[in-house]
Amino acid sequence: MAKRSEIRVSADQIKLRSGAQASVAVVGNPNSGKSTLFNRLTGLKQRIGNYPGVTVERHIGTLLFEGKRTELIDLPGTHSMSAHSLEEQIAVDVILGRMQGTTAPDGILAVLDATNLYQGLFLLQQLVDLELPMVVALTMTDAATQTGIDIDVDALSQALGGVKICSVVATTGAGMENLRAALSALPETPAPNRISVWPELTVAAEKLRSASVGSLRVPECERLIVDGVTERNQSFSSELGDAAVAMLADLREELFASEPPIAVEARIRYDWARVTLNAVQCSTPPFRSWRTHLTAFLNQPVAGTIGLFVVMAVVFQAVFAWATPIMDFIDASTASLGASIGALLGDGAFSSLIADGVIAGVGSVVIFLPQIVILFLFIILLEDSGYLARAAYLMDRTMRSVGLSGQSIIPMISSFACAVPGIMATRVIPNRRDRIATIMAAPFMTCSARLPVYALLIAAFVPPDRVGFMNLQGLVLFGLYMFGIVMGILTALLMRKTALRGPKPPFALMLPEFRRPNLQTVLIQLLGRAKVFLYRAGTVIFVVAVVVWALAYYPRSDLIGAEAEKQQTAAVAMLSGDELALQLAQIDNVAAAAQLEQSWLGRAGKTVEPIFKPLGWDWRVSAAVIAGFPAREVVIAVLGTVYAVGDEADEATLSSRLKASSWPDGSPVFTLPMVIGLLIFYACCLQCAATLAVIRRETNTWRWPVFAWVYMTAIGYVGALLAFQIGST
Amino acid sequence: MEINAYTLATLKRGEKGVIKSVDASDPQVQRLMVLGLVEGAEIEHASSAIGGDPIEFRLFGSGISLRQEHAKFFQVAPIAAGG
Repeated sequence: MAKRSEIRVSADQIKLRSGAQASVAVVGNPNSGKSTLFNRLTGLKQRIGNYPGVTVERHIGTLLFEGKRTELIDLPGTHSMSAHSLEEQIAVDVILGRMQGTTAPDGILAVLDATNLYQGLFLLQQLVDLELPMVVALTMTDAATQTGIDIDVDALSQALGGVKICSVVATTGAGMENLRAALSALPETPAPNRISVWPELTVAAEKLRSASVGSLRVPECERLIVDGVTERNQSFSSELGDAAVAMLADLREELFASEPPIAVEARIRYDWARVTLNAVQCSTPPFRSWRTHLTAFLNQPVAGTIGLFVVMAVVFQAVFAWATPIMDFIDASTASLGASIGALLGDGAFSSLIADGVIAGVGSVVIFLPQIVILFLFIILLEDSGYLARAAYLMDRTMRSVGLSGQSIIPMISSFACAVPGIMATRVIPNRRDRIATIMAAPFMTCSARLPVYALLIAAFVPPDRVGFMNLQGLVLFGLYMFGIVMGILTALLMRKTALRGPKPPFALMLPEFRRPNLQTVLIQLLGRAKVFLYRAGTVIFVVAVVVWALAYYPRSDLIGAEAEKQQTAAVAMLSGDELALQLAQIDNVAAAAQLEQSWLGRAGKTVEPIFKPLGWDWRVSAAVIAGFPAREVVIAVLGTVYAVGDEADEATLSSRLKASSWPDGSPVFTLPMVIGLLIFYACCLQCAATLAVIRRETNTWRWPVFAWVYMTAIGYVGALLAFQIGST
Repeated sequence: MEINAYTLATLKRGEKGVIKSVDASDPQVQRLMVLGLVEGAEIEHASSAIGGDPIEFRLFGSGISLRQEHAKFFQVAPIAAGG
């Protein structure tokens, strides 16, 4: 058991000897301006990774000051060294130097929000007692001054064991040089004196330490006495040994009797915080700034809710509409780039791999970037301005009634544009169960990639009859949107009742004052999100795109190629001008359809035809649906190829082909029940490799994407089956 | 436990109170205590969402929102306006 700490000591020695950079943990309450400060200090010199085995992101950056490099670790926000969530436990483990794969920090940068000293001082007491070199960054001092708060920094430093305090305004950069210098000198700075607000606890912790077999330190023993041995603190509770475990029970009994230890600690520490606060902070009546006016206005229940809907409408509109021209541009560029490279390389497998596989594959990744960037721009702005917490607060009651929490509202609305950024946005939900329930519900929302498929099928097969004041086509489209919402809500409810059953998390949300976000930190965060998507999800999407290309390309039949060439030679001899071009294109399209029919994809379509026949689909529809699994919008291009009208066919040509398509006995394939079934299938089925890759990335396991895929495909199949079978009788 | 008429859930908009006692047996309530809702803290009902739930309180200048179901675990002594 002592082994781990030996390793730690030797790692520290190695670090000192090799002169490697010191590392500093950035710790603070949620919303204390910690991440803004971190981004300010490290700029673009950041890496985003994951802590081993969990979904929590690890942000590490480098601070450069007068040629000296210091590594900063931005930890998840926490209120206490008593962890209540996975994120908080990670923060605690890193601070204590007990996180695998992360070196023990040489010091702590404690971030203290000047507008919220009360809660900040609770955590600060625990941090000072760790006996690690420490510097405090007092943030939001501008906002504090504006609200009439005046803090005596020297008195505060004295109350906190003589720790160095740097007043900063992270958004403008005031005081940052001072902080940089202090951080760079931190490893050589002596630790602040312990303040031991709760002497009885310290005495008990010393007793416990001398009874333990490992290398526990007093602060760790203090945590064990308050928290007990739990699943979360295994990283150090395992070093107690049997004697100390027995002693722990006695010490806890002695100190707390029947009171809950956490409540006892809260009372003692907040009593101290209140006294200290009164000593170091004097408040004058605040003058009314734009913040107070805005807050007062949005605090009214009705005005606040209306305000929220306006904000949501703007976000939705932006993600949906602003991204479209950029996406169309990317789409057109990849298509023309693919075509010109294809022409350059001539015919053949390699040319097709580059043009239809690689370039189309890269395009299918990049196409998501506009929506992701626009959505995250809004989310980061809303989060940094403090509005996101308010949105969650306003929507809490409504979302709770469908089994989710207030924080689910932004991911859900975003998913109407695209589930990929929507699922990435679920990181604002702290509770794991709520987060996964939201992730499972999000892909049911009608995303923009479903729209072209809906539009094609509805325009071709649903008569434009008037139903009341609505058109039947519009009604069907509206119905599909509602169907998606209902299925999403039912899914969330079902998940929260079964696999994700668990206590509702206490909904205690800090509602920060509005503040102006800083452009630089917004851009840094935005860049980080875009990179994470490209590297982590992008690779999966790309691989899938190339695999589908191979399935649709191989095996090639020389016979079909030779036949097409023969026909084209004959056509050249007989025709000229436009007529010839038309004839040549027609021969190409027929050949492409024939190639596809005997490719692996075409064969797969025929193999699975019996499975999809009860749904009224022939092999062509089946093949197109299979090809659409990586990206549902592909289905239109594949239908175009299968029906020999070319993959760039216009809608009118394609829909007339679809209408004419028939079974061997002459009956039409695309009947209304079959089309309704196909639409239901599209509304449910998770035909999107990008979504699966993002679910994998956000849940850190393949279990959830596989489950989501099977679950949604099953619902889509059954829905289409019912629609066809009931509609056809 | 003695039933007290005044809890955080009964404070009206704009009313202030001091937390007098907390029923800390529920772990979720303990979690709220870690956020500073302990005996002696002065707290004000700032606003509520539509339907009166959740409620936004002001605690030492910071906003914190609680659900009705949790607010009733905190008994308060009201402070007269201006006091």
